[in-house]
Amino acid sequence: MTVRDEERILEIIETARSKKPKFREDRINMAHGAGGKSTQGLIEGLFVPAFGSPSLEALGDAGTFTVDGVDLALTTDSFVVRPLRFPGGSIGDLAVNGTVNDLAVAGARPLALSLSLVLEEGLAADDLRAEVDAIARAAQAAEVQIVAGDTKVVERGHADGMYACTAGVGRRDPRAQLSPAGLRPGDRVLLSGTVGEHGTAIMLARGEFELGAPIESDTRPLWPVVDALLEAAGPSLHAMRDATRGGVASVLNELARASGVAMLVREKAVPVHPAVAGASEILGIDPMYVANEGKLVAFVAPEEAERALAAMRAVPGCEEAADIGEVRGEPPGMVLVETSFGGKRVMDQLAGDPLPRIC
Amino acid sequence: MKFVDEFRDADLGRVVATEILGAVEPGRHYKIMEVCGGHTHSIYKYGIDDLLPANVELVHGPGCPVCVIPMGRLDDGIAIARNPEVIFTCFGDMMRVPGSEGSLLEAKAEGADIRMVYSPLDALRIAKQNPDREVVFFAIGFETTAPSTALTLKRAKAEGVPNFSCVCNHVTIVPPLRALLDSPDLRLDGFVGPGHVSTVVGARPFQFIPADYGKPIVIAGFEPLDILQAIRMILAQLAERRCEVENQYTRVVPFEGNRRALEVMAEVFELRPHFEWRGLGFISQSGLRLSNAYADFDAELRFSAPGVRVADPKACQCGEVLKGVIKPWECKVFGTACTPERPIGTCMVSSEGACAAYYNFGRFAREREVV
Repeated sequence: MTVRDEERILEIIETARSKKPKFREDRINMAHGAGGKSTQGLIEGLFVPAFGSPSLEALGDAGTFTVDGVDLALTTDSFVVRPLRFPGGSIGDLAVNGTVNDLAVAGARPLALSLSLVLEEGLAADDLRAEVDAIARAAQAAEVQIVAGDTKVVERGHADGMYACTAGVGRRDPRAQLSPAGLRPGDRVLLSGTVGEHGTAIMLARGEFELGAPIESDTRPLWPVVDALLEAAGPSLHAMRDATRGGVASVLNELARASGVAMLVREKAVPVHPAVAGASEILGIDPMYVANEGKLVAFVAPEEAERALAAMRAVPGCEEAADIGEVRGEPPGMVLVETSFGGKRVMDQLAGDPLPRIC
Repeated sequence: MKFVDEFRDADLGRVVATEILGAVEPGRHYKIMEVCGGHTHSIYKYGIDDLLPANVELVHGPGCPVCVIPMGRLDDGIAIARNPEVIFTCFGDMMRVPGSEGSLLEAKAEGADIRMVYSPLDALRIAKQNPDREVVFFAIGFETTAPSTALTLKRAKAEGVPNFSCVCNHVTIVPPLRALLDSPDLRLDGFVGPGHVSTVVGARPFQFIPADYGKPIVIAGFEPLDILQAIRMILAQLAERRCEVENQYTRVVPFEGNRRALEVMAEVFELRPHFEWRGLGFISQSGLRLSNAYADFDAELRFSAPGVRVADPKACQCGEVLKGVIKPWECKVFGTACTPERPIGTCMVSSEGACAAYYNFGRFAREREVV
């Protein structure tokens, strides 16, 4: 075969890859919830075509719409974490922070939440009280009100104690001009702190590995750091994502695809807590794919990047924020990493499910 | 991390990479196979390919234990897992490997009780906790993991755990290497030898490679500097027209291997007359089954499974890709019938397989060659 044949085959592959993901499995399996390719197939192959609203098609963390001239954002999230409590937080903290963070990275100041609880018959009242307390405290810290709610109880053996679902509404900040398709070659990739704590903390809390390490979940509200970024960078802030399921690697891949750009990340620049690095080493996982519950990735035009980074670092909890790489033009849709050893490789989307039910 | 970071030093890496550049003859193309999936993983993780001269090509070998399991074996496993009394246990990376009618992950979604474990001892523990259920462990791997399965079976026998059994898919590394070397169209110059397997079997079993086939092999560790150093040692052998077994991984691999591990394997397992490899076909004396003394724990005897051989499609050319005869994209089914979503052959199953890597990153790899 000649070079032209290879070129032709590469084109076949690229056509196949650029097709919209489809949902064609006969049944739901755990990978559909993992945030990787299967989840994408479910969302883009089933939900979006069925509902077809322009806001949904943008595939942002929160949907945006305007009511009588007021720009609003709406989002919802369910929490099925196991165990309910883990070092650094609990399902109650996640239920608040997960939803307010989806609003925040859409450039919206969180205003109010609804809360639905699905409780298992037999759940200890003290456990429920503890979670209600956690929710109240987290809402206060995030400066949102819980304004509506619902309760259901299911028979013993379902819902693993409790599931929580929150919906949140926020007001879009006029300083925000964000779009998943807004990345430009040259943009700097800023990360708000160390990666991998939440997923690792849950993994260790389950006790499936005989491994102990002082790792706490990083669950926290992100509005303060978003506010600081908007103030420092304004329209030079092109996009943001909170790096939950699938970790920072998944966020970078999603946005590289959405904007038709490439990225180059320097592995050495990514801050990782030493205990997380150690646990990842032993378990053979890459912290870039591990979930966070209080970290965002921001894409900022190069001329404002330094200011934006300084502003992030001034926010409590974001002292270790770092510039981890840059947006490039080629090859579109692809995230490359310069490894700590000096080589380059591709950082692909997650295919399987390394760890179900982390949030 | 102590004892790890020393082997990941980027400055030293550059030094070795420069030495490699100095050791290659311009105009000569080198194909070096890393036999073990663990090496492939490190090469990928650290971007080692990227540090090598363009005329040194690494060929990913048959040493990925998940990828080599043929469809028929997986179908048998799934059939056993569908028994309502069975709790089926396996390593997590086995879950997505396609059988002829779906994967274990899909069987789980349809109601089979399939659980991921991290060690065969976890499966035994599940058996003890669920005395009213049959617990089956789907054992895979080379000589690296076989001793831990063997020890688990010994323990199950000693403790009398009647509801535990094992589907044994353990394989040995030497027969597939010999099969590759026996093919007349082989285009490989040397081998990075499997470090983990060698900690068990030692360096001696690889002496046939230089002795019978005149190719160098260097047993290597799994850190990036280990692999670069092994490549440099292979290139040195080629330049000096030597061929021998060298051991780069002396901090772990003794020449004679691990006698106790070999003894326990010999007690629990025996060689199958032949075993099928995905993409490579049947290779004689390449697989292990439970010995007569452990027949009571053999899930293949305890449960009825279809035992049907599901042929790899004729068009699949994994064997040629593994031998370095053709590039992935030259295979007839590459990118059309065989894709990472619906893989046919070994090389497309794992993301580290040669074909999957090329499918995902081919454009990038070509651009790098141009630069």
